[in-house]
Amino acid sequence: MQSAHPFFKPDSGAFFDEMRSAGENVRSPYKIFSDWFETVPKEILQQKRQEAEILFQRLGITFSVYAEILQNERMIPFDIIPRILSAREWARISAGACQRIKAINMFLNDIYRDQEIFRAGILPSRQVLEHPQFLPQMRGLDVPGGIYVHIAGIDIVRTGENDFFVLEDNLRIPSGVSYMIENRRMMMRLFPNLFTCHPIAPVEHYPQLLLDNLRAVAPGGGNDPTIVLLTPGAYNSAYFEHAFLAQQMGIELVEGQDLFVRDRKVYMRTTMGPQRVDVIYRRVDDAFLDPLVFRPDSVLGVPGLLSAYKSGNVALANAIGTGVADDKATYVHVPEFIRFYLDEEPILPNVQTYRLSEREDCLYVLDHLEDLVIKEVQGSGGYGMLVGPTSTKQEIEEYRIRILDNPANFIAQPTLALSTCPTFSESGIVPCHVDLRPFVLSGRSVSMVPGGLTRVALKENSLVVNSSQGGGTKDTWVLED
Amino acid sequence: MLSRTASNVYWMSRYMERAENTARIVNIVHHMSLLPKSASEENSEWSLPLKITDTLDVFFDRHHSINPPDVLDYITMDENNPSSIYSSILAARENGRAVRGRITSEMWESLNATWLELKRIKERRSKDFDCSRFFEWVKERSHLFRGVTHGTILHDATFHFVRLGTFIERADSTARILDVKYHVLLPSLGDVGGAVDYYQWGALLRSVSAFESYRRVYRDVITPFRVAEMLVLREDMPRSLHACLDEIQAILGAIGGFSGVEARRRAGELHASLHFARMASIFKFGLHEFLTDFLSRITDLSEEIHSSFFVYGEGAASVLEPTGIGVQE
Repeated sequence: MQSAHPFFKPDSGAFFDEMRSAGENVRSPYKIFSDWFETVPKEILQQKRQEAEILFQRLGITFSVYAEILQNERMIPFDIIPRILSAREWARISAGACQRIKAINMFLNDIYRDQEIFRAGILPSRQVLEHPQFLPQMRGLDVPGGIYVHIAGIDIVRTGENDFFVLEDNLRIPSGVSYMIENRRMMMRLFPNLFTCHPIAPVEHYPQLLLDNLRAVAPGGGNDPTIVLLTPGAYNSAYFEHAFLAQQMGIELVEGQDLFVRDRKVYMRTTMGPQRVDVIYRRVDDAFLDPLVFRPDSVLGVPGLLSAYKSGNVALANAIGTGVADDKATYVHVPEFIRFYLDEEPILPNVQTYRLSEREDCLYVLDHLEDLVIKEVQGSGGYGMLVGPTSTKQEIEEYRIRILDNPANFIAQPTLALSTCPTFSESGIVPCHVDLRPFVLSGRSVSMVPGGLTRVALKENSLVVNSSQGGGTKDTWVLED
Repeated sequence: MLSRTASNVYWMSRYMERAENTARIVNIVHHMSLLPKSASEENSEWSLPLKITDTLDVFFDRHHSINPPDVLDYITMDENNPSSIYSSILAARENGRAVRGRITSEMWESLNATWLELKRIKERRSKDFDCSRFFEWVKERSHLFRGVTHGTILHDATFHFVRLGTFIERADSTARILDVKYHVLLPSLGDVGGAVDYYQWGALLRSVSAFESYRRVYRDVITPFRVAEMLVLREDMPRSLHACLDEIQAILGAIGGFSGVEARRRAGELHASLHFARMASIFKFGLHEFLTDFLSRITDLSEEIHSSFFVYGEGAASVLEPTGIGVQE
């Protein structure tokens, strides 16, 4: 699970708390939960926490780190206190996220086909056409339904009662949805009572919804298309999720070596001979998909896959070349895409972002490095960024040199007073910073399951919620009216 | 189904069966070692599990002599011994992990829980490690896994390949047990019918869970002839060669398909050689010779299974040239 933002604001104790506004009154979505939580003995909660840990380990819900096998199948820590959203809050989040993905799909379709957006002067063509993730192979290609991003994970943060912001769009191979489902199953197993007294919207039909969307994009709309999930393999960090989704959808989990291309058609090797493949839900990066076109050293891909794709004989979800739309320099323009393509006002705003490619922004940022968060345009996973307020003078100066070397490679954002949620930590129950990654599906229509993955910075004062950097997760409840 | 998936589930169950059989073998040696005997006899007993698993030479690369605790550790927990129980369960689990989306959640949970517990046992074991309890545990986990498999998985191709792995491995293992015991343990002539003889043949039967069945079937003293008959020819004896081949033949029939023709032929031939055999002729031919032949034929069969089902399409493009025969759209 990529993306990260340091969740923190200097010299301020006043974060918006999901459970208690202004530190005292329990917010309405948490009313019933809080009554229960106050009365349940803490030993019981401790016991449930341990139970959860044992169950997760037994279920093998782990993520592994490359090159470190077996001993390093780590678990993402799970916190038993849920993140609860009201129906009204969810209505806004989901409308905003769906709106964004509609506009982004139209943007991708536009830049790979008619390129009206450049003529409209909304962003310079150079920024897109010279982008390393802009794939000329996609130019003029007819993608089924004009959909490039079939699965998106939108990272949303909150700073106040009505203040939700989109921090990042993940449009390539976003992960985390399996944890959304497994966390829900775990909560139902641990606290069945809570589900009888809360109207919690279900999320477990996600794989069904995903399958339906994948079927909808099969070439020629054929009946009973063969759909597969392409994984880099058992040692990929998200392998659990790949296996989980394939199983839940009842489709084959394949590796590159299981597929081959002949006459621009894709087949998988089965015990009964070759079988034609129509749709590939691929969880392999663009660069590794086809060694004949992209990285020649890739053993994860399928030689000739792109020729089959370009001939319209197989659908890829997501399409290739979507990375151009989720980098941080393009992110800045998404609200304008919404206005341009949909003629609507964005429902969810962006986080204020300075583009160092712009002279004015750059000068401002260089003057305020100690107050800002600086990120590389294409960086991900919480690596390679500067968190001004917690960095030493020397770190800031070193980073300054990197910026000056190529300013356009950076953006800056203010540190955000991100919301907190009560969480178990080594020192008891403390408020920890959270974000939310809901998933948007496109294909038959644009839709979401009501929920998402709430990530939490588990260590007190820790700023980063990434799973690769010690973050944890919570179940996310959307209450129905 | 996907060739790689078929291969993974097949090896998953083979390794689980192998772990169980290794536990059975070593458990019996352990029991026999509790009987009074000379040092040389003890030595020969403890070389048994190494001979059965074909690891005697490798063992001597690292050890000077056969010393029971060394053998025990080597055959149970040594991660450098690819035939150890530890390595077998690890391999079963890794194969299962590679197809965890294709086997049922319960199967995966069972496999994973076994692995986690095994790691714990390995870390915590001490000098007075209760190996009998450990062997019972391995057997139980194998039984559990098989039960979970039968009770949860759709009876489609995946299930067939899981079972194919089990019975190929079991046939191979029973033949090895019978062969090595027959030669190493045959007591000196003076001992025939004595207490040692009784315990050793009893132990052999126990190692394949056949002791009680033997009593029910023969109601008579244990003789090598009958033991061999029981483990080679009796169809109703679940670990006998004949029973394994019954299953293998039926499973290959259920898998069907054009690609399995040669595997079905070989299995049928081997099955017939057991189905229509007589124990007297086998003894006349020589039990050891018969078992050696059987082992090489079961190896042939497993190689044929490999090339028929698992490696399809290595160079698939050339296989399909120029007519594209076999392409199913």
